Amino acid sequence: MTEAGKSGEIVRYSYATRVNHWIVAICFILLALSGLALFHPALFWLTQLFGGGPWTRILHPFVGIVWAIAFVLLAAKVWRDNFLNSTDRQWLGHIREVLDNRDDGLPVGKYNAGQKLLFWLIVLCLLGLVATGLCMWRAYFALPVDIVRIASMLHAAFATVLICAIVVHIYAAIWVKGSVRAMTRGTVSDGWAWKHHRLWFRDVTRGQQK
Amino acid sequence: MSLQSLDIIRRSATTTPSPQARGAHAGEVAKLIDVSKCIGCKACQVACMEWNDLRDEVGSCTGSYTNPPDLSSESWTLMRFAEYENPDSGNLEWLIRKDGCMHCADPGCLKACPSPGAIVQYANGIVDFHEENCIGCGYCITGCPFNVPRISKKDSKAYKCTLCSDRVAVGLEPACVKTCPTGAIVFGSKDDMKQHAAERIEDLKSRGFEHAGLYDPAGVGGTHVMYVLHHADKPELYSDLPANPTISAAVGVWKGIAKPLGLLAMAATAAFGFLHYLRRGPSEVDKADEEAARRELENTP
Ligand code: HEM
Ligand code: SF4
Repeated sequence: MTEAGKSGEIVRYSYATRVNHWIVAICFILLALSGLALFHPALFWLTQLFGGGPWTRILHPFVGIVWAIAFVLLAAKVWRDNFLNSTDRQWLGHIREVLDNRDDGLPVGKYNAGQKLLFWLIVLCLLGLVATGLCMWRAYFALPVDIVRIASMLHAAFATVLICAIVVHIYAAIWVKGSVRAMTRGTVSDGWAWKHHRLWFRDVTRGQQK
Repeated sequence: MSLQSLDIIRRSATTTPSPQARGAHAGEVAKLIDVSKCIGCKACQVACMEWNDLRDEVGSCTGSYTNPPDLSSESWTLMRFAEYENPDSGNLEWLIRKDGCMHCADPGCLKACPSPGAIVQYANGIVDFHEENCIGCGYCITGCPFNVPRISKKDSKAYKCTLCSDRVAVGLEPACVKTCPTGAIVFGSKDDMKQHAAERIEDLKSRGFEHAGLYDPAGVGGTHVMYVLHHADKPELYSDLPANPTISAAVGVWKGIAKPLGLLAMAATAAFGFLHYLRRGPSEVDKADEEAARRELENTP
């Protein structure tokens, strides 16, 4: 990570990573909408977005596969930065200050402990959703009905956890100003990096200054 | 099929009451299959094909009289033949059971179905699939404790026995009942059928079938297709008829508490974010932060 951005900014995500992220995000939205349409009768009208009930049923698992592959590619890029370490304990100990916008000077690497935990939660949900989703996919798989029953229940449970996790993820992007441009333009301001990810800021700026 | 003269008391994936001004004041209906009277001629299978215009693929013999080998989207009823060596009497018994939808009072298929109105239950107790609303997900198969619904390979819609709801609606008995040459299948109000069954059971008991009894399983609220069995203590003998069928606990959770709880969790998470924003506002990078970053940059080697 030594790309030099314009002065005052730091490169956080490459073009390829940004495209990858938005494929994951769009697939997720489509999955959540089509899945929720079948999850609760009050949301069945969402099938209209996909061309009706049968199309919703047909499309959902295919989008799921694209999502899973895209996520694995994204995860391959970022998983190393998501190992928990001793500074994360400190961050978690100061979670109140973080929530109150008073998190000055906490040592944070490329990702904070909250982001890391969310990452692993999503990985867990991905594995669960793919495994249970394939069991439910009657067009191509025929498993014993007892397995399909448990898979159906767990699929809804994993989906609920994942949707909640992504709501948190999206809210964090809205709350912490200056984050979204990391995934749109690919860069963040020096001040943003210094304030929220100081260890990472030092890491990427060391040795490249003029 | 839509309402016709049969009113609907339950509709899949629907949260408001269904039209029910017209009740089933003559009582709920039931089909009673007296296994002890069945000779396995399959006239009922043929009558079902004829009335419903179903033609399954001609398959091949799998070594049993059970043919076709399984229920399918084009075979809504099937005679299942089991050979049982009775250890008590030493007799070889040919136990023949007419398989098909049991028309549960508490239908797991209807509970599991995500598509509004694809499965309905009429006031008279018949459970019917309305294929025009079916999306082909197969959740009905997941929900059914009797392994009855089948998805068509041609149109991806779910099919099963309708208990000839179209015939019953105009005062006729189901086609299989009409055709049965031995009177093993009878149809009428559920009360009458229970009474008839009681007489049959008494007769069977007097002939030495001490465990004869009625199969009307309480785990699914009773069924609108009932059996008189000579071995009511061992329903599994009849090609794995379940002894205590119930909607599986996993389906119960998935289609019960998970629905409100799941939506609540999602709404609560979103509300938490919204309220947090109202209280604390955004976390912003101000001039001082940019200043500090620049100072630090200037001081790094
Ligand atoms: C972001 C990821 C996903 C979400 C949010 C999600 C959500 C859902 C939800 C809420 C349902 C309805 C369950 C219910 O009715 O209780 C569902 C059904 C289903 N999901 Fe997923 N799912 C995801 C990923 C996947 C994946 C990766 C697969 C498979 C590879 C998959 C396959 C299925 C299948 C087969 C069904 C049954 C309905 C159908 O056939 O369309 N899902 N999903
Ligand atoms: S036997 Fe199966 S398909 Fe028939 S009503 Fe009961 S749950 Fe539905």
